[in-house]
Amino acid sequence: MYPAPFRYYRPDSIENAIQLLSELGEGAKPLAGGQSLIPVLKLRMDEPTDLIDIGRLPGLRHINNENEIIRIGALATHAHIGKAGVISHIPIVTDCANGIADAQVRSRGTIGGSISTADPSCDWPALLHTLDAEVICNGPNGKRTINIRDFILDSYTTALGDAELVTEISFKTPQKLSGGSYIVFKKAAPAYPTVSAGIQITLAEEDICKDVRLVLSAAGPRPVTSDEAEAVLRGNKLTNDNLEKAAEAIIAASDPTPDSRGSASFKRSMLHSLFIKAANIAISRARGNNIIGAHEYV
Amino acid sequence: MSESIQLVPVSITVNGKLYQQEIEPRLLLVEFIRETIGLTGTHIGCDTSYCGACTIIVDGDPVKSCTLLAVQVDGSEVLTVEGLEQDGELHPLQQAFSQNHGLQCGYCTPGMLMSSLALLAENPDPDIKDIRKRLAGNVCRCTGYQNIIKSVQAAAKNLRED
Repeated sequence: MYPAPFRYYRPDSIENAIQLLSELGEGAKPLAGGQSLIPVLKLRMDEPTDLIDIGRLPGLRHINNENEIIRIGALATHAHIGKAGVISHIPIVTDCANGIADAQVRSRGTIGGSISTADPSCDWPALLHTLDAEVICNGPNGKRTINIRDFILDSYTTALGDAELVTEISFKTPQKLSGGSYIVFKKAAPAYPTVSAGIQITLAEEDICKDVRLVLSAAGPRPVTSDEAEAVLRGNKLTNDNLEKAAEAIIAASDPTPDSRGSASFKRSMLHSLFIKAANIAISRARGNNIIGAHEYV
Repeated sequence: MSESIQLVPVSITVNGKLYQQEIEPRLLLVEFIRETIGLTGTHIGCDTSYCGACTIIVDGDPVKSCTLLAVQVDGSEVLTVEGLEQDGELHPLQQAFSQNHGLQCGYCTPGMLMSSLALLAENPDPDIKDIRKRLAGNVCRCTGYQNIIKSVQAAAKNLRED
């Protein structure tokens, strides 16, 4: 399968990339790792007139911890993030990075590309909700920072303006007594996730939840969050009963699409079991246990 | 879109040999390898980034060459299955796949070998779980995977003892 013809540009700076995207107009598309875009081009679901290859722009691959703020360059690949020492103490992030698709896709796919694509079943847009991440963008009108909740608007739709690019993702290092888990169910490594659930929880003491962020993915047009479900847990004891109530509340807010990966009721059942499993792993990690738990495929 | 076809010059080193060509930017890397320079050891299976038959190594990382444009690896070092053999002698991975019945039809084998090579470069002593995880992006419809895993373990042992 061949993509339709396009003109190719490889600018040497982010400023030049933005300028090219502005000049060439809406037929022009940025190309980062290409792991979402190239399959789309091959199937001719999109036929851009121009591709702006930003994949090798300098200064966008960093993964740093600056005063307990993690900063990840938009072009950091899933593989780099999965292996990065500065993130190894945040298992929800390494689990996610090391579980996306397969090793080959993780070599090329980038975090900036993933959130800019905003595929409703992809992992980064949902996962970053559990960390209240900020998305730093650069465009014709300069830089701006958008919270991930306001960045992902709808299925394949973000807050990015014309010729605007993601340059960095940042989030606070989770505090002490905080633990997280993000679990994906998929039919095979390279398959798109059927459904996913994520939770980052901070304990006040052994069994009391101080704060929590919950998210479901592939469960609606954008990552599903629920203030109501979080309120069930926040300030309360982490009993099985409360976890069940939180699961019910967030699943009630979901709207999974029936497709070849499963019916809506199958997906809701999977979301329930993934949510409970992720919650128990997150709580255990918050207590300081080293628990393995990540993407699952049969 | 202008009427004329854009050609882009690229310099790509494949198995130690430099190839300088002018190519259409939409040319996929796997087509560059198979059609432009004629190395047909890299196979096209699904052509949708699923099966892994087209797996090669670019600058040390395993990638699916059906899901990359050749222009994206301009200036890079590429290793394909043809680059494994040295002076007429099969690479320990190739020997292990042969000795352990790690293939039947052989269609997926080039991809399996390249993914295994990337795994062993990173982890010289992988357990079965490590191997399964790292080969999860490579599909085989013949072997049931057992002998592929056995082959990778045998090759790992040989490489460690060398």
